[in-house]
Amino acid sequence: MLEIALIASIKVIIVIVVVLTGCAWSTWLERKVLGRLQHRIGPSFAGPYGLLQPVADGLKLMFKEDIVPASVEKTMWTIAPIISFIPALLPFAVVPFGIDSTLFGHEVKFVISDLNIGVLFVFAVTSLGVYGIVLAGWSSGSKYSLLGGIRSSAQMISYEIGYGLSIIGVVLVANTLSLREIVEMQGSDSIWFFSNWMIWQQPLGFLLFVTCAFAETNRCPFDMPECESELVAGYHTEYSSMRFAMFFVGEYANMLGVASVAATLFFGGWQGPFLDTAPWLAVVWFVAKVFVFMLGYIWLRATFPRFRYDQLMAFGWKVLLPLALLNAMVTSLLVTLGWL
Amino acid sequence: MTLDLVIFLISSVVAVFGATMMITQRNPIASVLFMILSLLAQAVLYIQLGALFMGAVLVIVYAGAILVLFLFVIMLLNLRGHESLGQPSPPISLTIKYALAVLFVLELIMVVKSSFSSDLFADAGSPGVMVMQTDTFGAANDVAVLLFQRYLYPFELTSILLLVAVVGAVILAHRSRDDDGPVDAASSGESEGKAAE
Repeated sequence: MLEIALIASIKVIIVIVVVLTGCAWSTWLERKVLGRLQHRIGPSFAGPYGLLQPVADGLKLMFKEDIVPASVEKTMWTIAPIISFIPALLPFAVVPFGIDSTLFGHEVKFVISDLNIGVLFVFAVTSLGVYGIVLAGWSSGSKYSLLGGIRSSAQMISYEIGYGLSIIGVVLVANTLSLREIVEMQGSDSIWFFSNWMIWQQPLGFLLFVTCAFAETNRCPFDMPECESELVAGYHTEYSSMRFAMFFVGEYANMLGVASVAATLFFGGWQGPFLDTAPWLAVVWFVAKVFVFMLGYIWLRATFPRFRYDQLMAFGWKVLLPLALLNAMVTSLLVTLGWL
Repeated sequence: MTLDLVIFLISSVVAVFGATMMITQRNPIASVLFMILSLLAQAVLYIQLGALFMGAVLVIVYAGAILVLFLFVIMLLNLRGHESLGQPSPPISLTIKYALAVLFVLELIMVVKSSFSSDLFADAGSPGVMVMQTDTFGAANDVAVLLFQRYLYPFELTSILLLVAVVGAVILAHRSRDDDGPVDAASSGESEGKAAE
């Protein structure tokens, strides 16, 4: 009992540290890659290649004055960043990131909690993140914040449906809600190690998932809640110092979470070549896939202009939702006929 | 005290606390937040019963979707809870209200008491008694069998009923635009339409 609790706590601490560190250097990656894509150098002063920039940013945010505007509803304004931050960390509790193996004489599962409804857990906790944004917008007592919060809640309600429907196909094909089993069934011993990845069976499902995920994480081209040209900084206009940092880190943790789930559901999670000889490569494959997704996030931000708000809502309800329904219906038909 | 009992006590107290605060708050936004708190605690109770699926669905459907919609509408109408509640009720109506409330609480106590005193597995038919029939109680497969096989037609009929309700709400909200209806009805209808978008 004590051993299990100890191993679980160690895993939780390691995962949280890795995720938060990942968030910090994702900001560096974003600024650097975005800079290069726009013919700039990006951060280059703090450390080699600007690698210490996240440390400098963190220190700056920590020592900034914590300004509480007079117009805010204090209680809700205080808990909003926390509500936005915590759900962003929770999906990592069920994402498997390596092969179960024996370390230092202990059986270690490379997942914090192997829930048999892992997929649902991820969707349940990520759907709570919107409250932080809505409350921040409402309690700030500023019109930019309020508009940002209202936009965000409307956007998230709309895209949540497509988001949920897009993975129905994966669940139908895999016939399980457990992330571990979904990863295991995507393995392949042949030289074409990627032949069993879910994306080949659910290409439309993957496209829908990624599109809705971008909207859910408020990233470009769906970053309407922030939309600095119209709304200053949207829902976090009135926040400063560490309160702002919580929103900021929460956004990157959300991106990492979506990237991990996408890699797990559609790209075989930790599956990859040479796992027979070196099981530790599983973690490397997983991190590599998440990294590619993060690059995709940044690349798309540099490529696409922002949607207009009515276009965004129309796109969600009139294009994504019918396509997601179609995908679910066709997949269930094919599964019933035994073709998938 | 086992860990199970501690978790049960904490989450049930939080659930009841959230529900109580929900109906006593003047600020509608605070009400919604306490309802979410209560729902999350209820989800924990489901999970403790082994019904992981039910717990997750409770969070996804209620906390993740429906209450976001509530919050959205409240924000759009900008209800801040400063409105007065109108004239205080006359003494006769107050007396009736309190009498009914006391009656209801007494009934509640009797139902709960009868479910505690009876043998759980002997009389499963009596009110207030829930019997866990299988180990997979509330699992995705069991719920699916109930919804899509055993109660397929009632379930589908319910969805049509909800659809009728939605269409009815849209028609009611739109009619006031063509007529010279009261102004506030027209504006609230418009905001409902926006929420539905």
